[in-house]
Amino acid sequence: MKFFTNWRVVLKGQEIKVAHLFIMKQLLAFIQKEFYHVFRDRKTLLMLFGLPIVQIILFGFALTNEIKNSGIAILDYAKDEASQQIINKFEASRNFEIKRNLVSINQINESFKAGDIKIAIVIPANFNRDLLHEHAAQIQVIADASDPNTATSLTAYATSIIMEFQREMPEIKQVPYQISTEVRMLYNPELKGAPNFVPGVMALVLMLIGVMMTAVSIVREKETGTMEILLVSPFKPFLVILSKAIPYLIISIVNVAIILTLSVWLLDMPINGSIALLFAESILLIITSLSLGLLISTLTDSQQTAMLLSMMGMMLPTMLFTGFMFPIENMPVPLQIISNIVPAKWYYIIVKSIMIKGLGISMIWKETLILAGMSIVLIGICFKKFNIRLS
Amino acid sequence: MRTIRFLIEKEFMQIFRNKSLLPILFIVPIIQLLVLPLAADYEVKGITISIVDHDHSSYSRDLTATITSSGYFKNAAYSGSYNESLLLIEKDKADIILEIPAGFEKNLVRENKDELFIAINAINGVKAGLGGAYVSRIINQFNADIRLKWTQVPTFNAEPVIEVVSSDWFNPNMNYKYFMVPGILAVLVTMISSYVCALNIVKEKEIGTIEQINVTPIRKMHFILGKLIPFLIIGMVVFSLGLFVVARFVYHIVPVGSILLLYAFLFIYLIAMLGFGLLISTYAETQQQAMSIAFFFIMIFMLMCGLFTAIESMPAWAQIIAQINPVTYFIQVLRMIILKGSGFNDLRVHFMVITIMAIGLNGWAILNYRKTT
Amino acid sequence: MSEKVISTNKLTKSFGDFIAVNEITFDVMTGEIFGFLGANGAGKTTAMRMLCGLSIPTSGSATVGGFDVYHQKELIKKNIGYMSQKFSLYEDLTVLENIRFFGGIYGLSNAKIREKSEELLQSLELKEEAKKLVKGLPIGWKQKLAFAVAIIHQPKIVFLDEPTGGVDPVTRRQFWDLIYAASSNGITIFVTTHYMDEAEYCDRISMMVDGSIKALDTPSNLKKQYQANSMDEVFYQLARGAKRSGD
Repeated sequence: MKFFTNWRVVLKGQEIKVAHLFIMKQLLAFIQKEFYHVFRDRKTLLMLFGLPIVQIILFGFALTNEIKNSGIAILDYAKDEASQQIINKFEASRNFEIKRNLVSINQINESFKAGDIKIAIVIPANFNRDLLHEHAAQIQVIADASDPNTATSLTAYATSIIMEFQREMPEIKQVPYQISTEVRMLYNPELKGAPNFVPGVMALVLMLIGVMMTAVSIVREKETGTMEILLVSPFKPFLVILSKAIPYLIISIVNVAIILTLSVWLLDMPINGSIALLFAESILLIITSLSLGLLISTLTDSQQTAMLLSMMGMMLPTMLFTGFMFPIENMPVPLQIISNIVPAKWYYIIVKSIMIKGLGISMIWKETLILAGMSIVLIGICFKKFNIRLS
Repeated sequence: MRTIRFLIEKEFMQIFRNKSLLPILFIVPIIQLLVLPLAADYEVKGITISIVDHDHSSYSRDLTATITSSGYFKNAAYSGSYNESLLLIEKDKADIILEIPAGFEKNLVRENKDELFIAINAINGVKAGLGGAYVSRIINQFNADIRLKWTQVPTFNAEPVIEVVSSDWFNPNMNYKYFMVPGILAVLVTMISSYVCALNIVKEKEIGTIEQINVTPIRKMHFILGKLIPFLIIGMVVFSLGLFVVARFVYHIVPVGSILLLYAFLFIYLIAMLGFGLLISTYAETQQQAMSIAFFFIMIFMLMCGLFTAIESMPAWAQIIAQINPVTYFIQVLRMIILKGSGFNDLRVHFMVITIMAIGLNGWAILNYRKTT
Repeated sequence: MSEKVISTNKLTKSFGDFIAVNEITFDVMTGEIFGFLGANGAGKTTAMRMLCGLSIPTSGSATVGGFDVYHQKELIKKNIGYMSQKFSLYEDLTVLENIRFFGGIYGLSNAKIREKSEELLQSLELKEEAKKLVKGLPIGWKQKLAFAVAIIHQPKIVFLDEPTGGVDPVTRRQFWDLIYAASSNGITIFVTTHYMDEAEYCDRISMMVDGSIKALDTPSNLKKQYQANSMDEVFYQLARGAKRSGD
């Protein structure tokens, strides 16, 4: 400290330096107070750190887009060798679990209604004979399309099982003009779910926690009236706000570290790119989410409203528009446009590029710029709103 | 009993006077119900394929044309080399690369076989799997067509062929919204009832009016009912708006099954979720704590309810979590009644489970409430 | 004639090792204005909460209005009124709505509620403010309203927990007028405060220091006993050795 006060003597007219230092001390005091608030509240702490961990575990181990163990019903009129072989194949497939063996076509509707069956296979009578003698036979695949996506996938899986059976029939001669294909899966050869989800979890956690906690923390001071006390003090209001945001900045950075550690250790996720860049981009998103939280805090004086706005207004849209649960390119164009103003969406692309594709800043500068732009705009709006309120 | 009437009146007065709460309770869910189902679509479409043709033969051009006109893929970005295509994948401008080696046609005719090379961006495993399946299917078909041309096979199949006839029930137009709308409605209603209820009670704790009420001879049960009933009503109103206004007029979803059954389940479900909110409020001293706890659990409920990913695909331990998640049952019941017209017999288990949950959660909450410090 | 409306015997409340209220024994007579004095943290609020049925004593016994604090809490609550330090009122309801609500909670009939509302608005001079939201009221008005709510059902005893906190001296004096008025209507007043001058307004006072009652008598007797000119001085002498004071 002495060193700095000496500067004042050395450089005349640089009193600002000392003032800056004084402000730093104040800021630190505020930040310390905020940290006390956070760490003394164990139940909130549970959410702050527990949520990312739980999400990683759930997304890593429990949630998957792959369809396994779907209930299937078999209606076998043929009861011959071929039909049995096909049934065996379904039995062996991990996509299906044979739950019902039906005897009449009327039962199919009931089975669907009961809900444990998603798809039914009907093998007609004389299946084997038709196959061998006529070289043509039919199998019916009936899917419960109330979940169209599962229906499509299940139909595709069922068809491929049947086709596999067809290919393996000994009657298939050596055919000419064989086109074979070598398929390489890039970035994720084992088709694991983690590379798709983990960046999304990061985006979700950083956005939601940053927005919610900052907004609530500031509004709470407004509601209890302590905000006014702070504002009439000689401390710049800007510092007060900053001191509220910084603890959550730090907590979010820790969360990023936790998520990365867990993903690498538990889920064998790769980090192919630069970790420093990853953290830098994460800090950028955190700043964006904190600014959004600040913005929300200027909109209301009631904690309840701030909480409801953050949770109800942000949770589902963030989950959906980030792009890790549903592909953005599937959405109707107006929604795709909306997704562009969701900061998490850009962050998701950035993280995937760095972590999984191992790309550097040269490939993601566009997204980074967009994200930076968003935070600048948000901070700008906050400043304006704050000044309006104070005057 | 009269006291309950006073309590309910007070709640509604407060709610309707709260200018910022009302829109959040009614408008925000409606907007989300309008927008989100449009976004939620797992169907794999719009895959972009980049074709690198080193052969430039009539076969390779045929294959390319077949692929691009198949309708499965969005656009084929042609490029001169594998590395160029790889760059496209890095920039997310392409999902699949198909490389046709030089001498493709020649090898096929002379040696009777050749190999194509496919690279797929597998970050999204499901997309990659299905995308690869589409490409393979097209190539197989192309393969079969060539064989047909060259071997002049009569109408009798050279080999046994199984024709798979597929049909889709309950949703012949394969409209994914039919599936998502009830699910999203369920989640929204859940969020409102449990979250708002918990926050509301804790707020009274914070400002001290709960103590003022505790000091009166009012029975604890009456107080609790006075809190549950208003939010029960609100939950039902929001649900009705969602189902009969948004779902019907925007998505043209009309319930096939019994509406009475639907509302019976809704009633019990709301009681369960409000009980959950009540329970949270007994463990939270501040609104922020209530928010954090509620958020934590609602997040887990949402992820594990089968809305976004199928429950059967989960490992056993995760399925257990899904089984004790009330939202799971709600979504299933909604879908089954609205889309399939399932009856009470089909839903017996669901009713039983949710009733147990309602009694359990509320019982636990009331027990907590009885304690005087 | 005068009977004991509150009676305690070695009433104790401890939280783990910390003894907040240590075996206090005292009686309050019907119609009295009984002041329960002490520094912040001395245990006043804790003691009062036990008498109101908000908290279960650790040991000892007490009856309020003839009902036992362990087993007859609901009956106690029917017969008492309470005004908390925070004036717990619904800020987003109007004055009239608050009165009506609490009247209803206490089980008054609609007619009775109307009657009492009129009466209270009149006597507390709140008629102008009847339709205003509590949120916008100055603290003095909120104080009056909180008091109104506490006595709307004409309880035998009303407990006032630091009712004059944060109010200017003039308003404080006016509030005590209200207390006198209620007292002359037969309501026993049990009031805690840390303003020693208010002790003068009470019939009898007790003084709590570190969880125990160190003095129990009329203000004038205490002044004589401690040769003090004011209750401040009495308190100072008693509390000098206190270990717990304020926060």
